[in-house]
Amino acid sequence: MRITLTSVLVDDQAKALDFYTQVLGFEKKHDVPMGDSAWITVVSPQARDGVELVLEPDQHPAARPFKEALVADGIPFTAFTVDDVEAEHTRLAAAGVVFTQPPTRMGPVTTAVFDDTCGNLIQIQSPVSE
Amino acid sequence: MDDADALFKALADPTRRALLDALSERDGQTLFELCARMATAHGLTSSRQAISQHLDVLETAGLVTRRREGRYTFHDLDTAPLAPLRERWHHPDERTPR
Repeated sequence: MRITLTSVLVDDQAKALDFYTQVLGFEKKHDVPMGDSAWITVVSPQARDGVELVLEPDQHPAARPFKEALVADGIPFTAFTVDDVEAEHTRLAAAGVVFTQPPTRMGPVTTAVFDDTCGNLIQIQSPVSE
Repeated sequence: MDDADALFKALADPTRRALLDALSERDGQTLFELCARMATAHGLTSSRQAISQHLDVLETAGLVTRRREGRYTFHDLDTAPLAPLRERWHHPDERTPR
């Protein structure tokens, strides 16, 4: 058994695909029509054969209250690893991305939290370089 | 409970003082960030709910304000309630006119 997929619940798949590719820099890997929606995955250009992120529609009635409650408390349900949180913060903020937490040392890692515009907060993290 | 009681009650707890320490580093922190700081920088393992309740006590004392911005809630430090403490007690020598 291997972990090859993980999901993020998005309020609009087209908007999410734009954000996750154009802004964050991931690449579309799959886009399979599935009735009202599609099965869309993106991958990191640094790991095209790595874990795929599924842009999952948040249409279930329980999904949005769950997401809103997490956002209200500033909780990122999903986290990505980056080489340099400070550099990513600078790049993404310049692209208009809203951060609820700027780069901050949290023990062995530096973290920052941003809004993915699709109803989620996302944490980026990198090891602290001493 | 008068204002001073609420203030001293709020200050009479190490986790609440640690929350004020964390907020003195930067205003505008989410509950998530404060919990992360408590766990990493302050070695405290309180639950998110416990931290939230501590913030309620600090808010009642006027030391913390919660600020809603869209879908987010941020916490800010307000040190104004501490100022009267500094003015309340003076050593008798300080009161003597020179």
